[in-house]
Amino acid sequence: MHQQEVVDIEQNEEGYMEKKTGPDPAPPKSDKLLPGSSSLAVLLVVFMTVSFLVLFSIIRGGVGHVTESEGGIRAFGPTEVTGIDFEIELLPGTREAISGPEEGDYLVPPPPWSESGFFPCSDCHSEMEVNPEHRVLEEMHDDIELVHGPADRWCLDCHNPDDRDVLRLVNGRLISFDESYLLCGQCHGTIFRDWRQGIHGRRQGYWNGGKSYLLCAHCHNPHAPAFHTIAPLPPPVRPQFLAQAAQEEVQEASHE
Amino acid sequence: MSEKTLDRRTLMISAGLSTMAGISAAASGKSVGWVERLLNRRFVELSDERREEILAELEEACRKKYDRDDITVTDTRALDGVEFAYGLDLSRCVGCRRCVYACVHENNQSRDPQIHWIRVLEMKKDNGIDFAESDIYYDPEEVPEPENFYLPVACQQCRNPACVKVCPVKATWQEPDGIVVIDPDWCLGCRCCMSACPYGARHFNWTEPTIAANEINPDTHIFGNRPRPKGVVEKCTFCIQRTRKGRYPACVEICPVGARKFGNLLDEEGEMRYLMREKRVFVLKEELNTKPRFYYFFAT
Repeated sequence: MHQQEVVDIEQNEEGYMEKKTGPDPAPPKSDKLLPGSSSLAVLLVVFMTVSFLVLFSIIRGGVGHVTESEGGIRAFGPTEVTGIDFEIELLPGTREAISGPEEGDYLVPPPPWSESGFFPCSDCHSEMEVNPEHRVLEEMHDDIELVHGPADRWCLDCHNPDDRDVLRLVNGRLISFDESYLLCGQCHGTIFRDWRQGIHGRRQGYWNGGKSYLLCAHCHNPHAPAFHTIAPLPPPVRPQFLAQAAQEEVQEASHE
Repeated sequence: MSEKTLDRRTLMISAGLSTMAGISAAASGKSVGWVERLLNRRFVELSDERREEILAELEEACRKKYDRDDITVTDTRALDGVEFAYGLDLSRCVGCRRCVYACVHENNQSRDPQIHWIRVLEMKKDNGIDFAESDIYYDPEEVPEPENFYLPVACQQCRNPACVKVCPVKATWQEPDGIVVIDPDWCLGCRCCMSACPYGARHFNWTEPTIAANEINPDTHIFGNRPRPKGVVEKCTFCIQRTRKGRYPACVEICPVGARKFGNLLDEEGEMRYLMREKRVFVLKEELNTKPRFYYFFAT
């Protein structure tokens, strides 16, 4: 009966005007929910296929899928991070250190290069003639590339010609390397003010007491002071890879 | 009428609880700290003597668990005339995540499953602060990348903390110096506070946290970095075990660019007041009226 009906309809659609001559004109209409429901069924099938494909692609390769090269696949702990000491030892005398615009001296670690063999500079320079000329350094200090301020800046703008173990301010005052912030502060006044207040730069110690500072040169190479990029520590583990510990726990529990 | 029923109810409850306490004490032969606490009052409501006893018990338990006899558990109280605040210089932060791992090292977070109290969000300079588009899993060779800026987020220590309001058992509260703390022994693990916090600053111990015994930081505070049990919420406490003794938090001291600042908001001469006077300062999600004590600023 049903098959017969389909045939009838198809015939109709193709233009055979045989409705009136059919065996029973009334029942075919009542048997169908909607006229043209076969095309609805086709639409439904198409819709379901498309949505299944979309879902499948999302699950397989879309949201939540992480390639090997992306971060967050594995959890790292602080001990797996090399080259960084998280146990920060304070400098001796930090607790009692006084600092501030009036007190003058700031507690700082030894200046960079002070233990590298270069210092004291007078070991070599005391017997050398002072050469203020702007030139390419070849025999010594050839690693220094001066990228700091105006092009005509040269060594003796900051280093003292007569005694190389100290630095010289513009006003002629000689200062030691562990006060080099005074030299930098000649040009970088606002940064120097922030540094004294602890807003620029890193400090360690006591928020309500003594603290140690870092010299400008500890972070900025004075000859090329732009801050360099550094390698970041590993990203946190993504939630889909977090569950490993939990899974072990669940398995243990189920075995018991 | 209602008063009468309430009285009778309270009476019945306290009678029941005392009986239970008595039974448990009798059963175990001595007073069991956590049972007593469970049945009586919160730690902060106890007398100094009881606190000392409980601290000693916790200390003993920690030492036994990790087989280390240098672990101490203290309850160092808030200092008078101190309100802590934190400053973070967005113009300096390079997104290197040193702070994240220094925090884990200092505060005894679980290594597996991993818990990080600090999350560093990478954002596009072109888009400004856009949490929806931010990425915490960035992993380039070197940072900072010129097109990005970095926004580390941890507990904002709000003056009007949503997490404290929703806690059904008062297991989390604001201390006089502004630190919002959690009592892990009182926490139910319902995680209402986690959904209330608009900064995602609270983290849950889904399983027993694992930390190698030699990685434990032995200097602990009862509401801070004391190793937590399974099923409780934890979060940043401004390194309560350090800052109440005057030290800077661990993240402040490790930051290689000095972007992190910390101090007493009530100290006119302190660094926090200086930066709030001199710099452009803002707080995250100001419109939610949480009033954070964590200030982001631009030094340049």
